[in-house]
Amino acid sequence: MARRHHDLGGLPAGPVDRSEHQLSDWEILADAINQALGEKRIKRTDEMRRAREDMDSEVYRSLTYYERWIASLETILTEKKIFTREEIDRKVAEFEKQWGEP
Amino acid sequence: MRVRAEERPGHIRTPFYIRGRVGWVEKVYGDFLNPESLAYGRDGLPKRTLYLVGFHQKEIWGQYRAGAQDKLYVDIYEHWLEPL
Amino acid sequence: MSTDLSTVNPATKDGHDHPHPKHELSYYAKRIYAIRELLIEKGVITQEDIQRQIDYMEARSPANGARLVARAWVEPKFKARLLADPKAACAEMGIDATSINEFVVLENTANLRHLVVCTLCSCYPRPILGRPPDWYKSFNYRSRAVNDPRGVMREFGQGLPDDVEVRVHDSTADIRYLVLPLRPPGTEGMSEKELAKLVTRDSMVGVVDPLPAIPRGGS
Repeated sequence: MARRHHDLGGLPAGPVDRSEHQLSDWEILADAINQALGEKRIKRTDEMRRAREDMDSEVYRSLTYYERWIASLETILTEKKIFTREEIDRKVAEFEKQWGEP
Repeated sequence: MRVRAEERPGHIRTPFYIRGRVGWVEKVYGDFLNPESLAYGRDGLPKRTLYLVGFHQKEIWGQYRAGAQDKLYVDIYEHWLEPL
Repeated sequence: MSTDLSTVNPATKDGHDHPHPKHELSYYAKRIYAIRELLIEKGVITQEDIQRQIDYMEARSPANGARLVARAWVEPKFKARLLADPKAACAEMGIDATSINEFVVLENTANLRHLVVCTLCSCYPRPILGRPPDWYKSFNYRSRAVNDPRGVMREFGQGLPDDVEVRVHDSTADIRYLVLPLRPPGTEGMSEKELAKLVTRDSMVGVVDPLPAIPRGGS
């Protein structure tokens, strides 16, 4: 039987890193958007979990906690046809123009 | 009760480490919408009974040395449990 | 200090006093700003909806849980109510636990400790404690809390003799668990407010006991 990448109980693992980081603005925003969409019943927590579980395993392991949330939001909201990935790409490109090159 | 040792596709909330293991029903939590259905945008019906199932740690893990009385509790849906 | 992310154009400042170099944001960080703008443009949610959630989470902290625990320590009848119907007990103390589907309080005793984990994701009693700490969400905690709870507790500075039973709860469904830690010895006569200061977030997840009473007199 295969163990999926989110199903971590009992795996050999190292010490628990107790350091804590203050949330960045974009993480606070991801958290708030997730909660707002849930409160309005646009999406369910169960759908977000399923999206994380179905992601590519290497991507799952390499993303940070809120990055995984954002990736799942994108999957679930495009699945529900609220917007498309192309619309997000275009909006990011617009922002990048405003923000300027590094 | 034994936790079913099956492998099913989809969104499952029964952890890998507890499948096939034997424990006892500590508490009946009542009926809840089925997360396996909700995860795909469906209505989660029919509701499933959720149980608090207890296990002896030393029976679950081969290397569990400390605390002979230590226990592990998992919230498991009825359709993942079978009588011995 | 409250966080105000109401500026729809993220090229301007966020709620802090320094400008944010947006072009340095990671791939996903940029996308959440785009997602916000699209959701608002399409009328799915409003900026006010988002700000309300930010404010809600900022008002939530382990101080809520500490008040519940301190009250339970000084008032046995409240403790009984807290164990029997935690949501109602929260309402008594003006703590809004309504968004928790099902809430269970686990009482520690001299011979029993509880530890809470969500191995499958990171379920946590957010309305009571606020957001979970990074360590609770970490792969190492999610892996080891179930098969090495005493090892994890030792890393947090908590040793336990073998004759104290440890019970781990893996919250795999809609039940949210809060540990009611053991009242430290030598705290008789302390006020509820003083007692609440001993109740740390980590003691309500169960990795450690509460802080010990401050010794009186010189040291």
